Amino acid sequence: MAAQFNLNDDNVVVIIGSGAGGGTLGNELAQKGVNVVVLEAGARHTIEDFVNDEWASFAQLAWTDARTTSGTWRVAKNFPNLPAWIVKAVGGTTTHWAGASLRFQPHEFKALTTYGKVEGANLLDWPLTLEEMEPYYTRAEDKMGVTRTGDRPGLPGNNNFKVFKAGADKLGYKECNTGHMAINSVERDNRNSCQQTGFCFQGCKWGAKWSTLYTEIPKGEATGKMEVRPESRVLRIEHDDGGKVGAVVYVDKDGKQQRQKARVVCVAGNSIESPRLLLNSASSKFPDGLANSSGQVGRNYMRHVTGSVYGVFEKPVHMFRGTTMAGVIRDEGRNDPSRGFVGGYEFETLSLGIPFMAAFLDPGAWGRSFTSAMDDYPNMAGLWIVGEDMPQERNRVTLSPTVKDKFALPVADVHFDDHPNDVAMRNHAYGQGKKLYESVGAIRTFPTPPYPSTHNLGTNRMSEKPRDGVVNKWGQTHDIKNLFVSDGSQFTTGGAENPTLTIVALAIRQAEYIAAQMNARAI
Amino acid sequence: MLGHHGAHAPHSPGRRLFLRRSSEVAFAAAVAVSSGGALISASEAWGLEVKSLQPETMKTLILMSRDIYPHDRIADRYYAIAAKPFDTKAAADPAQKEMFEKGVAELNALAGPGGYVAVPWEADRVALLNKISGAPMFEAVRSTLVVSLYNQQEIWPIFGYEGESYSKGGYIHRGFDDLDWL
Repeated sequence: MAAQFNLNDDNVVVIIGSGAGGGTLGNELAQKGVNVVVLEAGARHTIEDFVNDEWASFAQLAWTDARTTSGTWRVAKNFPNLPAWIVKAVGGTTTHWAGASLRFQPHEFKALTTYGKVEGANLLDWPLTLEEMEPYYTRAEDKMGVTRTGDRPGLPGNNNFKVFKAGADKLGYKECNTGHMAINSVERDNRNSCQQTGFCFQGCKWGAKWSTLYTEIPKGEATGKMEVRPESRVLRIEHDDGGKVGAVVYVDKDGKQQRQKARVVCVAGNSIESPRLLLNSASSKFPDGLANSSGQVGRNYMRHVTGSVYGVFEKPVHMFRGTTMAGVIRDEGRNDPSRGFVGGYEFETLSLGIPFMAAFLDPGAWGRSFTSAMDDYPNMAGLWIVGEDMPQERNRVTLSPTVKDKFALPVADVHFDDHPNDVAMRNHAYGQGKKLYESVGAIRTFPTPPYPSTHNLGTNRMSEKPRDGVVNKWGQTHDIKNLFVSDGSQFTTGGAENPTLTIVALAIRQAEYIAAQMNARAI
Repeated sequence: MLGHHGAHAPHSPGRRLFLRRSSEVAFAAAVAVSSGGALISASEAWGLEVKSLQPETMKTLILMSRDIYPHDRIADRYYAIAAKPFDTKAAADPAQKEMFEKGVAELNALAGPGGYVAVPWEADRVALLNKISGAPMFEAVRSTLVVSLYNQQEIWPIFGYEGESYSKGGYIHRGFDDLDWL
């Protein structure tokens, strides 16, 4: 079944990371007969290992290796060593994600053209269009079983959705439904349908939610062309005298340093580790890090304009029952600068259990104002805001000058300041969220600040011109033709939509390009 | 991650214990220090062995825990369990032990005769906590407590949170969409 490749096999494609980008790319390449080695820093769990317990699951899955933060974002104050809430495990953050799978809107690929120059923002148009992406979006939706696309029915709405929908109707919103979710509404692809268990973030015990862990990865392995090496921590990517990459140095599960030769290297470690790896791979030929002639590696870090609003009602809601993200309102997703900001945002329902609600409702808060809110938990409904944030050059992943990991490599520092456009959008969304819940009888509402980021984007961005970004429209680095970026760090701008569907669509498209380039002996 | 080590009850906590704290008796009198250095609550029938911190320090930290996250329907025993990590941390690290002992001593000094636990009104104790809320000891207590209190499955029912649901088949046949008041 699963292949085993020799460390000296220099004909393999090495993919670093096994999440939405890396896991999908690996399977797609393997299906085309390309030999693939996937190096994954985390362990390989099974569905049976997942637990319906927020902190225990966090300990099992979350990426908690040291990182530092700086900047004025509140995460730096409340969670200084946890800038991101993402996963270190085979399957990456597809084990944890909620499943929302929305396509970008046409204008979101043309942010600079549409929004014009925004002071302090490093806006750019993507070097591709929605039209070019559409066939890949369709393939991604089919692969992931996205509801309300193709002939797939929507999921039923839970209690949290009922409140959300009633409020949407009162406010006159027209585009509210149970979402485009990569969660089976009917049995499909040898996976169960959703049983409304309510622990989507903790790894779906039914396998109803798409994750590369039990879809792309076993399918890729079944071809005999793909090998996944869990607990393999990549230290650096090496290149030859001509400047082409040729090997990946990593520490294996037994703590032994290994060097895997490679014909092509694809970096898919999420938007914090991917630029960190390129920067930590600096050499005398590339003193500023690999693929960094533009100086853009690590810059333009985006995390979406997020936040939550919770409303308390006179009667029970039990929002935690059923799908964590059980519905969407898209009306505010449009670009309408009359609201006081460019770009748009989505509302999506969200629920946390008591342990995480205590940690995230108002980090650092205490006393009766806080605990009376907690006491109202059964009567609470919740929503999450996800909107387009502005890419800024100084929002940036850099190498820490002081903190090193256990392999003596500098850890990532994540610097973030909100752009005024981000603040205006978040305040608008808080206001609308409050109105939404009050319109259906909320007696108290709370704005919750952004959690540590799950949507990490933009730190190796795509650009038409090499001077503006790190990779071209195929995710191929401008500087090194056999080095690719295959995760959300490619995003030129963030759009208002949850990024996974776009990451998967880009990976499917990138696999075609890599296979064709290999066949043509161009790489 | 958290358990009941040291906090043992002769009977499993009945629903009675969720419904109210034992505030008929003032906390200072309700929780006694035994000759062996443990904390004993006769009214709630629990005992807590203290290994590293002074028992009186631990007693203060337990009341401080309630004042930071006051829930009238949560009995003292759960605050005692939530405070257990302070003693564990103190046992593992002398610097932590000093921080807790010094921090509590400072709080007691602010409180006057009898110390923090002798201040009879919550509002007055909260006023004292506000004075130390930026200090490392306060933040160490609060940030530990936000996990060690709310991660106790035994108290979830008072919040109406039902916890693990996979073994019961999720909520698809158990009320995921039973809201009928809209």
